[in-house]
Amino acid sequence: MTTTHPTTLDVPLELDRTESAAARRARLSTGALMLVLGALMAWLGFGTSGDASYALSDAFAAVQLPTVALPGLPVVLVCALLTLLAGAGFVSGRLWGRAKASAATIAAAAIVLGFVTWAAAGRPFSFPVQNQLAGTIALATPLVLGALCGVLCENAGVVNVAIEGQFLTAAFTAATVGSVTRSITAALVAGVIAGVLMGAMLALFSIKYLVDQVVLGVVLNLFASGLTGFVFDQLVQPNSTELNRVPPISRLEIPLLSDIPLIGPVLFNQTILVYLAFVSVPVVWFLLYRTRWGLRVRSVGEHPEAADTVGINVRAVRWQAVLAGGVFAGLGGSFFTIGSSVSFIKDITVGNGFIALAALIMGRWHPVRAALMAVFFGFVTQLASQLQTLQTPMPSQFLLMLPYLATIIAVAGLIGRSRAPKADGVPYTG
Amino acid sequence: MNHTSGGLQLAGITKRFGSFTAVDSVDLEVRPGEIHCLLGENGAGKSTLMNVLYGLLKPDEGQIVIDGSPQNFTNPRQAMAAGIGMVHQHFMLVDPFTVAENLMLGREGGFVLAKDAARQRVRELGERYTMPVDPDAVIEDLPVGVQQRVEILKALANDAQYLVFDEPTAVLTPQEIDDLMAVMDRLRSEGRAIVFITHKLREVRAVADRITVMRRGRIVGQAAPTASEAELAEMMVGRAIDLRVAKEAAAPGEPRLVVTGLKVANTAGGIVVDGVDFDVRAGETLCIAGVQGNGQSELVDALLGNVTPLEGTVTLDGTDITRATPRQTIDAGMGFVPEDREADGFVAPFTIAENLVLNRSNQAPFAHGLALDLAEIDRNAVALREEFDIRAQSVHDPISSLSGGNKQKVVLARELSRPLSVLIASQPTRGVDVGAIEFLHRRIVSERDKGTAVLLVSTELDEVEALADRVLVMYRGRVVGIVSPDTPREVLGLMMAGVPLEDAQGAPRPGKEENHG
Repeated sequence: MTTTHPTTLDVPLELDRTESAAARRARLSTGALMLVLGALMAWLGFGTSGDASYALSDAFAAVQLPTVALPGLPVVLVCALLTLLAGAGFVSGRLWGRAKASAATIAAAAIVLGFVTWAAAGRPFSFPVQNQLAGTIALATPLVLGALCGVLCENAGVVNVAIEGQFLTAAFTAATVGSVTRSITAALVAGVIAGVLMGAMLALFSIKYLVDQVVLGVVLNLFASGLTGFVFDQLVQPNSTELNRVPPISRLEIPLLSDIPLIGPVLFNQTILVYLAFVSVPVVWFLLYRTRWGLRVRSVGEHPEAADTVGINVRAVRWQAVLAGGVFAGLGGSFFTIGSSVSFIKDITVGNGFIALAALIMGRWHPVRAALMAVFFGFVTQLASQLQTLQTPMPSQFLLMLPYLATIIAVAGLIGRSRAPKADGVPYTG
Repeated sequence: MNHTSGGLQLAGITKRFGSFTAVDSVDLEVRPGEIHCLLGENGAGKSTLMNVLYGLLKPDEGQIVIDGSPQNFTNPRQAMAAGIGMVHQHFMLVDPFTVAENLMLGREGGFVLAKDAARQRVRELGERYTMPVDPDAVIEDLPVGVQQRVEILKALANDAQYLVFDEPTAVLTPQEIDDLMAVMDRLRSEGRAIVFITHKLREVRAVADRITVMRRGRIVGQAAPTASEAELAEMMVGRAIDLRVAKEAAAPGEPRLVVTGLKVANTAGGIVVDGVDFDVRAGETLCIAGVQGNGQSELVDALLGNVTPLEGTVTLDGTDITRATPRQTIDAGMGFVPEDREADGFVAPFTIAENLVLNRSNQAPFAHGLALDLAEIDRNAVALREEFDIRAQSVHDPISSLSGGNKQKVVLARELSRPLSVLIASQPTRGVDVGAIEFLHRRIVSERDKGTAVLLVSTELDEVEALADRVLVMYRGRVVGIVSPDTPREVLGLMMAGVPLEDAQGAPRPGKEENHG
């Protein structure tokens, strides 16, 4: 029965492609947003006079870099033009793939540079670049760790909306243990244990008792807020000198690297927690994509039945992933108190867990992309607070909104074929 | 029962789900070097039995014996270790993984993945079993035939001596089925034992060494491969079945549904229907044949108005319905039997009576203003239950309590209970027992005879041959050709793989004849 048919189906499917309705809507609305912002920038640009100065190093830097003065009018107008061109490219639909991604990136950068230059032009203050970078790192550290927690949970098929709750319990536990023991290490270990315990509750109810994971996450967040608030009021507040006096965390200067002008002090003179956060990104990537454990984690998040039929214990792997995620959430939470040498106050994490979740989704469940998005969120948050100090004629609320508009535009260029793990949020009952 | 060494014995296996006995003291023996067919209708207990064998389900009673030693599987890993491999009906492949990753999953070796070794292993396996496949190809980019090959290699990578193929042909083209049969033949000649689960009689007779027939959880008999299809069907169903649909020659009238230059994109933006032209005349059945996933579903969605086509026009009795909404196409006289009955055919928790008026629940006689006329809805349901032989205790039972065949009768009854210009039926007998198929086919033919234009989408050539007056073969979103239903199967099969009619007719005939030439 040997047959030799022209089995043309062996050739991979090659379909002509057109744009889906959803992609078209996204493209047109992003393009329109670019055009509006570009036009606004151009209008503002003509009213710009004077130079915008950017201070590349702060007063304490060992190597003093010059303050760069950019001519306001031409820079703003060029940025406006770039944004308008990118917008026109999006609206016309002539941009595909790499060109589209580049256009979006350029437009996002031009919007940020253009508006900051306009805001800084002719002001007596210069825009502190090093502050901007240092603030970005500080804000991004917990976001990166939280996003990594989400990456591990959700690649295993467990939706984790409870990162915020994990953060909060970890921040509280780390602060209390640190205050009592005066040991940073003990505080971090305690924070990690708190994050893992919250993860264990998520795992218990979602994996064993099959509770709806989004509802469960919300409940865990409320639980964390209530629990830490209650213990704080009843126990910590009355004894705050013993229980809420966080030991200072020291900076570890990396020789040579920390002497690099501008980025050296920002990146290589940091606390252990910051180094841990940024080392964790390649570690999680390696775990997920290069190890047996990672292959199994991704398989149970994508097709648990298939994993089951090759003898993988789906529930056990999901448990492991959620608990491993708890380690990162615990470190991230500890950053708010121990990591920044700040005493605990109620709800100190102020929604950062949700921003980490957003970074995870915009980074499309990939550890490196999610970390990049986390850094980007850190950048825009810091930018918003810097702009407020420049005393621009524009309402500060509008300036606060700008970075997020830039985010939307940057993400528009990044839409690719990757998607959520197929079994994300689906309990395994088999 | 022969308990000598060699072979696989299932003895007195019973599996219950609550009060329902899915498998009832079944004995089955499979010997090395044979293809043992397990034949039965959907829900006869074949898959449950095999899931017990594979360690996915724990039997309530009975024993599995392999090569003389009794086994007690609690998970698939133990079954695999004992030499059992399974090719699942719904492939157990992780879509975004590569072929190599899928093959290494569960037996990765060291902590760090040895990807090169895994690639090498895929190449070796592919060569050894002459099923070459690219180790770096991502599963979701591969056609189903190749995906199945990966699924088979996965079982063979474990050196499985007992292979279970669960409905392996459901998603394949006739040519791919021939290839699969050749693979099964080779594995048999290597001394492996194969359990081949199917409900397709033709395939059974082509490859089986022995045939065991199951019905309602029990084994009802054995048959030799020489048994006729009618005999096998009778064993499966428990009564004599007329496999041929009695129908008069069509008397086609005016074209009622006319489709020109239709171009449709799927949600991801891929063009999946690319310039399709056809018409369906009053009183004829046009059958769209093709392997699943060649644009049939999207074509039907566009006709119904679920999706707006990119280009082209659709007219129904001369009225342009290209951009009509589903409500408008229904009101224009289009009846629709969806391919995914459970998802699109009915509302599962609703009663049979409610489901029977879903498409007319907003109009007289079932509604007056805002209120439903419940008495009228009941009257309608009782009448249709009688007419369509829907086997239900009460029309107030939820439709989810019915069998697949009876659910489909409800759907068809609802669609045919009003005057239609066009009936579009997608896979109307998928997952339906043979007895109900007979009934559904007769109703579709009688609707045609009333002068309705019938458009039938089917991947089953048996169904195409039974019902079609003309056959439109679709491949990758295009029309390969429109031919008569008595075109030889081999030619239809080649057309379903994209070969135009003239070339398909000229091609050497597949199968045994080829060896003479």
